[in-house]
Amino acid sequence: MSDATVSVNPIKRALSRVDWGYLWYQVMKSPLTLGGGAVVLTVLFLVIFAPVFATHDPNAIDLRARLAAPSWDHFFGTDEVGRDLYSRILYGGRQSVAVGFFVVLVAGFIGTFVGAFAGLIGGRVDVVIMRLMDVVLSVPSLVLIMALAAALGPSLINAAIAIALVRIPVYVRISRGQTLLIREMSFVTAAETFKASKLHILRWHILPNILSPVMVQATLDLGSTILLASALSFIGLGAQQPTAEWGAMVATGRNYILDQWWYSAFPGFAILITATAFNLLGDGIRDILDPKQKAR
Amino acid sequence: MADPVLKIDGLEVLFPGFSGDVHAVNGVDLDVQRGEIVGLVGESGSAKSVTAMTALGLLPPGAFRQSAGTISILGRDVATMSEREMNKLRGGDVAMIFQEPQTALNPTKTIGKQMLRVIELHSDLRGMAARDRAIELLKDMRINDAEEILGRYPFELSGGMRQRILIGMAFACSPKLLVADEPTTALDVTVQRQVLQLLHAKARQTGASVLFISHDLAVISQFCDRIYVMYAGRVVESGPAQKVLGNPQHPYTAALIEALPEDADPGAPLASIPGTVPNLVNPPKGCAFQARCRHAHAACDSRPVLTDVGSKHQAACWLREEISA
Amino acid sequence: MSFLNVIRRRLMFLILVLFGVTVITFTISNLIPGDPARMIAGDRATPEIVQNIREDLGLDKPLPVQYLRYLEGVVQGDFGNSIRTRRPVLEDLRIFFPATLELALTALFFATALGIPLGVASAVWKDKPVDHFVRVIAVTGISTPAFWLGLLVILLFYGNLGWLPSGGRIDPSLEMPTRVTGFLMIDSLLAGDLQAFGSALKHILLPAFTLGFVHLGVVARQVRAAMLEELQQDYIRTAKANGLSRFKVVFTEALPNAMIPSITVLGLALGDLLYGAVLTETVFAWPGMGAYVVNSIQALDFPAVMGFTVVVSLAYVLINLAVDLIYMAVDPRIREVS
Repeated sequence: MSDATVSVNPIKRALSRVDWGYLWYQVMKSPLTLGGGAVVLTVLFLVIFAPVFATHDPNAIDLRARLAAPSWDHFFGTDEVGRDLYSRILYGGRQSVAVGFFVVLVAGFIGTFVGAFAGLIGGRVDVVIMRLMDVVLSVPSLVLIMALAAALGPSLINAAIAIALVRIPVYVRISRGQTLLIREMSFVTAAETFKASKLHILRWHILPNILSPVMVQATLDLGSTILLASALSFIGLGAQQPTAEWGAMVATGRNYILDQWWYSAFPGFAILITATAFNLLGDGIRDILDPKQKAR
Repeated sequence: MADPVLKIDGLEVLFPGFSGDVHAVNGVDLDVQRGEIVGLVGESGSAKSVTAMTALGLLPPGAFRQSAGTISILGRDVATMSEREMNKLRGGDVAMIFQEPQTALNPTKTIGKQMLRVIELHSDLRGMAARDRAIELLKDMRINDAEEILGRYPFELSGGMRQRILIGMAFACSPKLLVADEPTTALDVTVQRQVLQLLHAKARQTGASVLFISHDLAVISQFCDRIYVMYAGRVVESGPAQKVLGNPQHPYTAALIEALPEDADPGAPLASIPGTVPNLVNPPKGCAFQARCRHAHAACDSRPVLTDVGSKHQAACWLREEISA
Repeated sequence: MSFLNVIRRRLMFLILVLFGVTVITFTISNLIPGDPARMIAGDRATPEIVQNIREDLGLDKPLPVQYLRYLEGVVQGDFGNSIRTRRPVLEDLRIFFPATLELALTALFFATALGIPLGVASAVWKDKPVDHFVRVIAVTGISTPAFWLGLLVILLFYGNLGWLPSGGRIDPSLEMPTRVTGFLMIDSLLAGDLQAFGSALKHILLPAFTLGFVHLGVVARQVRAAMLEELQQDYIRTAKANGLSRFKVVFTEALPNAMIPSITVLGLALGDLLYGAVLTETVFAWPGMGAYVVNSIQALDFPAVMGFTVVVSLAYVLINLAVDLIYMAVDPRIREVS
């Protein structure tokens, strides 16, 4: 990047010479990324078309079939009021995936803009914003999220808002760091000499270049958000009865763990598989886009 | 005649990659005799270092494939040696110094620790005796405050100092072969000369053979008894230094000599060789140099082999064939 | 950079953090619709009693005044009284903190003892089956819901095998050893009570494994990345050229240098473990700060939540300070730049 002759927007150059063959080669070389991507697609497919794949109404109570073991009739067994766990897990995935995307979109958008803004304006505004972010980041995030969720009132959407608020600083940092880097690069200096407005610089030079690190972070965050949201539901700060949600199902199943293991086991396994797949995919994308940034 | 210290026969090395295998080394024959200083010269990318690293088994495992050829060191075929035997050889009878003195030493260990490690690994010297040996080695490298240097960390020393330490370490166990891979390239010109002289003197004094790798013909010419010129993974010319440099028989060698700034008229533009080293994924069928060669003609579409062009002097070029035929 | 400078910088940051943490938690606690005075007073209290309590606690004052009063207390070590337990928050934390720390340290030990060798193996045999295996384990660890893993190990080791207890710190029928450090395993040894020690050990195994498993992945990934970085350095090539065996190259050259950047991650991991214990403690009925804070949050007991948050943030900053100092002690490059 120290090349002094860089005077065209590098992202445009990069886009025009994205070597899809090379990208494919990289993905194929990494079976874990490929596997993660495949599982992510499968999960999204199953969850979106839950009504097609479900065998029962997820909320249909059947007291004659309470706490039934897994069988051909109920693949994953039934819960304490006879609802089909397999169908509930399919529908529950909608909650988890929705929360994941909500958090990443909200935190990603706000964080990216605030960060780019701080980096571009600089000066005192920048210092104040970044100090604020430092402080938020220094508070143990799980506790902060729990406290926020509790204060907002227990519901899945409030849990999602709490997570999103606490995740914003992460994106602010990435976006600001990237902005400062790009600002110093000669093509932006060149644009400034032509009296390009800050907005113009932001739109045409900075934002396109922030995208790739933000996307990597977002993919990784999808996995951790799904985990976090289910944890909040587990301690009663997320989804409430009778909504089908993975964390809440594990929580209720906890009372039956020694005798009806399937009740907690299957929803928890769904969380594990989904989070793992998103994390594998995120790791893989990061390694390909930015091989220098190490796995932390 | 005793076995050559290093003998490489028909070596081929390739690196598997995305767009196909990179054929880095394509049939190199090379030998280093006892007490001889041999230069290996060529542009970056001509696979000088790869050749040497392969010989010492220093390429990262898995990244490359040796598809043909044999390497023998001190008369022993490397392929038949166990890892333990290789370890005994490296740092003992065979030493190597590298291009980057700034990073070639462990940044978190003192010089003394790193030197003693080599000495104790390959000799019977221990404790104070080993330390005395380290000091002696450093003094030989004209490092006066050797005792103090032993307690220092690499980052506290200059590049020239570090390279002298590395040379000292290389000579720790009186190696019979020293492979020096661009040892002075990263140094200031003034320091370069000094380090070269030390290396030369030490080699002559201990009788060690040296395989000296450099892209810098000027350095090679001062220093070496015999030269191999490499291009695109092949030896294109070899012979005694005076003959090769004084009467180059391959256009590539001639071009390298012309490109030396020392010979240029003041004020004249610096000569350079147009074009770049060919793509080694699909190496050209004929002579690899033909695209850049001003003498290229129809015959160059098939590959010339190394042929004698004088006593002990060989070149791989159709021009010479025609003349001698 | 001198030691003093580092300490000074960290302490400045500490003040900033304490200020920030208290502002944030204070703001949150005032977001809740409920009236703390009424909660304390109970359902059947008369309006006068509620009003008295409100005045007692200063809840009738404007918010900034309330905040300053709270801050004044915090500086003197007074976090106010818990609404739920009606005891001073600091006293509650003092009781629960050692249990959490004992659990976190045991989990960290577990995560490091397994994570470092796994990370090294993964880097040495990069892209080999071992590497894939370790990476899958690591990602799985990071992606595992700890509360669920806890239930599974309870099911297996308590329910099916009957080898280990399902919760608590020690067998309730045993007498608790005299409290010295607050760490039951150490206190029982100090008291020479092997039976209590055995029981404490048995009780900590499952929660420590559950909590540690998540960080096992973090440690293994970090060590792998740092090892890969070191293994491609030039000094490794020099070491090989000097005839060091592969084993020595990995363990005496690369690993010590790779551990330097890993210290940061281990420090952060300890911080994370402290509050990550929140969920694990709930599952295992571990009487630590985590279970305490979950109960407090559910009861909207904000003095307790604020106290917990301040204490953990404080621990965080102190751990970071320790990491910085260790860094300087082990890395000559940083030490000498003063």
